[in-house]
Amino acid sequence: MARKLLLEKAHVEGIRQFDVYRREGGYAAVEKALKMEPVAIVEEVKKSGLRGRGGAGFATGLKWSFLAKPEGVPRYLVCNADESEPGTFKDRYLMEFIPHLLIEGLIVSSFALGSNRTYIYIRGEYAWIVGILEQAIAEAKQNGFLGKNILGTEFDLEIYVQRGAGAYICGEETALIESLEGKRGNPRIKPPFPAIKGLWDCPTVVNNVETLAAVVPIMNLGAEEYAKIGVGRSTGTKLISACGNINKPGVYEIDMTISVEEFIYSDEYCGGIANGKRLKACIPGGSSVPILPANLLLKTAKGETRYMNYESLSEGGFASGSMMGSGGFIVLDEDQCIVRHTLTLARFYRHESCGQCSPCREGTGWMEKILHKIESGKGVSSDIDLLWDIQSKIEGNTICPLGDAAAWPVAAAIRHFRDEFEWHVNHPSLCLTQNYGLAHYADELSVVA
Amino acid sequence: MAEEIKKLKVTIDNITIDVPQGTTILQAARMIGGEVVPPAMCYYTKLQGSGGKCRTCLVEVSKGSEADPRPMPKLVASCRTGVMDGMEVKNITSPKVLDARNGVVEFLLLNHPLDCPVCDQAGECHLQDLGYEHGKEATRYEFKRRTFEKHDLGPYIQLHMTRCILCYRCVYTADQVSNKRVHGILSRGDHAEIATYIEKSLDNDFIGNVIDVCPVGALTDKTFRFKNRVWFTKPVNAHRACKCCSGKVTLWQRGEEVLRVTARKDQWGEVEEWICNECRFEKKKTSDWVIEGPTHVSRHSVISQGHYEKLSKPAETFSKVHDERKPKLLMDIHSVSEVNDPSIDLSVIKGPATGKVFEQTKKHS
Repeated sequence: MARKLLLEKAHVEGIRQFDVYRREGGYAAVEKALKMEPVAIVEEVKKSGLRGRGGAGFATGLKWSFLAKPEGVPRYLVCNADESEPGTFKDRYLMEFIPHLLIEGLIVSSFALGSNRTYIYIRGEYAWIVGILEQAIAEAKQNGFLGKNILGTEFDLEIYVQRGAGAYICGEETALIESLEGKRGNPRIKPPFPAIKGLWDCPTVVNNVETLAAVVPIMNLGAEEYAKIGVGRSTGTKLISACGNINKPGVYEIDMTISVEEFIYSDEYCGGIANGKRLKACIPGGSSVPILPANLLLKTAKGETRYMNYESLSEGGFASGSMMGSGGFIVLDEDQCIVRHTLTLARFYRHESCGQCSPCREGTGWMEKILHKIESGKGVSSDIDLLWDIQSKIEGNTICPLGDAAAWPVAAAIRHFRDEFEWHVNHPSLCLTQNYGLAHYADELSVVA
Repeated sequence: MAEEIKKLKVTIDNITIDVPQGTTILQAARMIGGEVVPPAMCYYTKLQGSGGKCRTCLVEVSKGSEADPRPMPKLVASCRTGVMDGMEVKNITSPKVLDARNGVVEFLLLNHPLDCPVCDQAGECHLQDLGYEHGKEATRYEFKRRTFEKHDLGPYIQLHMTRCILCYRCVYTADQVSNKRVHGILSRGDHAEIATYIEKSLDNDFIGNVIDVCPVGALTDKTFRFKNRVWFTKPVNAHRACKCCSGKVTLWQRGEEVLRVTARKDQWGEVEEWICNECRFEKKKTSDWVIEGPTHVSRHSVISQGHYEKLSKPAETFSKVHDERKPKLLMDIHSVSEVNDPSIDLSVIKGPATGKVFEQTKKHS
């Protein structure tokens, strides 16, 4: 049984209430942290090796240490709860079941960064969670963990919950800041980075919900103990939201030492592919990371076992690997059509493109139209090359990572499943009624030297 | 101000130049001039915060700076990236940049109608120039293009969203030049549009400048629309004493008639001084203006046909080009040619010059 740090108490009766959470040992991290120097907390987080859980996997301690600290200018901490990546729902689970964990993490982090006003920017669709969080904030305030002079340390903190309007792009940190300021959620051009000029032109740190919640176990256990969990540079535990054609979809906390095969097939986690089907492909980290066929998912191109951690999942680069991403684990079985699946994602990215810079604005729409054409049996073989060319011209040429996020799924689908695209093109009537099936993806991997 | 301003050394396409701190790569390239200048569709020097959106000015930074010589991992927007000391930039010498730029031009033209012959902006359209320089001869897009209805934004300005490339320049102009902005971007993605939300007219005193900053034919002057092709008109610099603006404008004339008034633009197509609506839309008589002389038009521009400025004699440059040598065979072609007689001042001829004009002029003289 893997060790749980975040969701250990998530199912204790009434854990949403302050009293129960406190009885279960909650807010101990705040009591400990507020006795420390803020710089020491940043050092602890650095030592723990915690990496951003939002998708990019950037070292949190390092990010915190970049925060500019000019005299007389307020600093802000913003919690990114705009979880909109298809396939990702870990933050929702965490905020819904154990909201005080996030609040506790926010208090510790705000103290470490010197933020007196901390914002939770929550996805507009998570309307009911706003109430849960506000309830938790009110309770924490009643008990002296928020407001003025917290625990007699002269540290003041207010936490505000701000609802977004349901735009995927507002999960990008600078677009989130724009939206929080009440403007149109367009990403800003970097530099300057938010650590220098963020919210209202003040130094700002934007972190994912899970990242900030993970600060609590780091405080409780100590950085060294926390860093022992996991493997290599993937320390601590990670929430994985598993969905798709599996027997037990849901949010699982893993310690990043288990193999992908174990995660999919063991009864403790996903419980195998639903309806006794076979595994075809999987997107291991939320819709924008490259899809992997079954043979490359379970074993790397070198024939080694692939594990559920940052390094192992990205082993082989984009040619034969993927990314840990946000932990949205989407499993596709043999009945799923990759072309159709890619079309669905392309449609999403077209809909969510902010339209600020031209490659993403025009390119996402173009890709969707071509994919639709291929999917409906009207494609020609040059369309596949065209699709590849379009994605290569979007990737890396946009203001924000959404351009890359839109290009990667298409690129990976063509890279690994080109024969399926070609089958669609060559069998225009067949592809409307039949499925391409598994082909060789489930075969044992031929060892690449 | 006599203090030494720190100069930074930057190399663009193997040409090195010293620039003051705070200069962007694009500005540095413009100081060099010529081929190394990246095109810019959304960046506008006079509008704060503009740029970074169209991605046509992407360049490769092959060396970050003297202190940190690592190359930048991605192509960067030269209009928004500051120069560092010792930076090395590749623009037209980088195949990666040219490839990306071709891609961006294709994206920009994807939903843009290819009907330049009926567009009022033709001849002075930045997208047309860009497409001419970097575009392909045929489109690979086979789907229906995004179209919009034409909209009247008040009595003077017409918006044709179909042609818009969403450069945001008009939004910044309204924010920074006029008193109040009433238009902006609605929706997102490829269905984003410039609009006033609830039908409103743009009637601010300086709002006419959005026409000048628009790189394409999306915002056009209703007092000029379809009155004439721009290359048939002659631009002349003129001024008047205006209460609210500098009054320095360019008149676009055909014969004695003033067809259009715009702000003066520099060689990058950017407005030099903003002008007010009164100067732009209401003063359409030659008698309203003091004419200074013909506007300089680049000879690469289609507008230069039929528009003659005083000829600059090549004589001065000859010795320089030939290293002070005086080739024997070099003769003044004007002295032997029957046409282009140097005694005829071409700037007095109205309209395009033909052989007939010369014959007539000769007879008179």
